[in-house]
Amino acid sequence: MKIVTICGAGIGSSGILKVNAERVLQRLGLTASVVAADIGSVGTVAADAQVILTSAEFVDAIGPTRADVIVIQNYFDTEELARKIEAAIG
Amino acid sequence: MTLPPLADRAIVVGARAADWREAVRLAGDALVDSGCTTAAYTEAMIRMVDDHGPYIVIAPGLALAHARPGADVRCEGLSVVTLVEPVEFGHAHNDPVRVVIGLAGVAPDAHLASVAALANAFNDSSAIAAVAAATTRDEVRAILEGRSVA
Repeated sequence: MKIVTICGAGIGSSGILKVNAERVLQRLGLTASVVAADIGSVGTVAADAQVILTSAEFVDAIGPTRADVIVIQNYFDTEELARKIEAAIG
Repeated sequence: MTLPPLADRAIVVGARAADWREAVRLAGDALVDSGCTTAAYTEAMIRMVDDHGPYIVIAPGLALAHARPGADVRCEGLSVVTLVEPVEFGHAHNDPVRVVIGLAGVAPDAHLASVAALANAFNDSSAIAAVAAATTRDEVRAILEGRSVA
């Protein structure tokens, strides 16, 4: 299981998403590798990902993908993250 | 995991910004003042929003201004700006913004400790409002370091 978090720079907000996704996965008892990346490298980094976590602004730029693209509104709300990750892979 | 102590120069309490660009520039200036970035990094943070939209407003009331690691970044840095008057970034859900965090990383992985510490502080849903309402740098530091404010 691979989860990719996407933002414009590949640091910062995608880093927050990575850290919090890892916390949520642990809480849910799920195992996955979580990789933060920038939108420019989504094609290669997310080629084998099952889930992409990102903001609404990047959905169009991510383009066609086999991964579930999940939009997170509040990056610090681990309840929102848990609910959406569980719905996608739980 | 806690944040390294934030220097006085990295914290601006009760600033005024006419718009989101000015708000991001304040956070960038604080990174420059604390010796971590050059002015070019500030412009790169603004360009990030011009290019990709207001996604840096990652939670209600909070913008995480950042750009790519590179020559403009001298050390890993964090700045905090609180705004007297909230500013609209054009985000569908999380406007208006009262707290702007500036983040600079020397390498994609090197900043993860700062990011994890930020998550520690702000996963507490009351923390953004508490930082926005802080009147001193010490109060801001206490909230970010997860210490309770007396």
